[in-house]
Amino acid sequence: MAIFSIPDIRIAGIAASVPKKEVSNRDYELLSEKEQATFIKTVGVEKRRVADPGMATSDLCFEAAESLLAGLEWNAEDIELLIFVSQSRDYLIPATAGILQDRLGLPKSCVALDISLGCSGYVYGLSVMGRMMTGGAIKKGLFLVGDVSTQNTSYKDKSTYPLFGDAGTATALEFKPGAPDMSFNLQTDGAGYEAIIIPDGGIRNFASKEHSFEYKEISEGIVRNSFHIALDGMEVFNFSLREVAPNIRALLEYAGISLDDIDYFVMHQANKLMNESIRKKLKIEAEKYPYSIGEYGNTSSASIPLTIAHTLAGEIAGKKLQFLFSGFGVGLSWGSVVLKTDKVFCPEVIEI
Amino acid sequence: MITIEEFITRVEGEFEDMETGNLNPESVIREHFTWDSINALIFIAHVNVEYDVVISADDLINSEKLQDLYNLVSSKANAA
Repeated sequence: MAIFSIPDIRIAGIAASVPKKEVSNRDYELLSEKEQATFIKTVGVEKRRVADPGMATSDLCFEAAESLLAGLEWNAEDIELLIFVSQSRDYLIPATAGILQDRLGLPKSCVALDISLGCSGYVYGLSVMGRMMTGGAIKKGLFLVGDVSTQNTSYKDKSTYPLFGDAGTATALEFKPGAPDMSFNLQTDGAGYEAIIIPDGGIRNFASKEHSFEYKEISEGIVRNSFHIALDGMEVFNFSLREVAPNIRALLEYAGISLDDIDYFVMHQANKLMNESIRKKLKIEAEKYPYSIGEYGNTSSASIPLTIAHTLAGEIAGKKLQFLFSGFGVGLSWGSVVLKTDKVFCPEVIEI
Repeated sequence: MITIEEFITRVEGEFEDMETGNLNPESVIREHFTWDSINALIFIAHVNVEYDVVISADDLINSEKLQDLYNLVSSKANAA
């Protein structure tokens, strides 16, 4: 099993940025007023931030990264690792990490690479960052994570349009001998790859004038084309109910930590009903289980750091905290990490 | 596994709009619930949290009476 620990890595800062443009699901015309109320109460999304066409995930991550570098008084010259986790990259090629390396003024001695993961991406990426830095050859790294999902949702698809919001985040990591272990439990089930998919535009189904743009009615209230996100909500829901709690239990057992030792469980903001079910199964108190889904929607890979910046910015800056993060969804891919933080620089959510 | 009466009481508690005392084991499910996606998710989540059982949307659609659904949930709970 992919359960392991990484020593000597400290989170120095976390920042999140969102587009200024806010959209309310109370204005979504495809749902009646009653359906809107049910959706907001059950799925949990009232408002979302939406990037204007042309604004990329990397723009949001760039702003978050700049604010971290300034707040931490880090020199761009000293950053030798940049990992960009997203499923909404700037171009099919090249990787976005290189574009960000240049735009942020990082040195040419910097390792830069993309990882294509969504809901689980923050936890997965953290493990890759940690492993690359733990020997001490790389002292400082920037971990840039986020998604602009709204460009790929169909207004006429009520299963996706009111769910997703856009956000980009930056996490600063440093090599610090003696920093407490981060422990991970990472899992995959690619048999479910179609549960959340944008079918066209890659090499398998190359963009085609004949097929890609044509809107199809999949079922009542679900009309989209092949560049839009297709979400099998029931499949993802059952997957999450089945897999997330056991993944967390196994990790805590490995790390020798009890549920009560954790100050905050910061979960991927998938859907309130799903997240609450996981919380109740694990018998976690509501106060230890923050949400950002109401104000920002499901922000894919950005959801964990955005939730921290939105709800815990003051606390994480001043206190030592024991966290559990858990991400689960597209892939299907899921993973959890337990880690301790000690005075993390964390500005309020940035708007651009 | 709990009794069917308790099972029904908990279901009534989960759906806030539902008047209590209207359901019994012989109640035909489709006369009381519409299985739109949100109601189905609420029911699936409820069963998962209460009994640690995962049922599918098809399980819901294929159960005629509440007794059928109870039988399905209790057989899965006992098998686990």
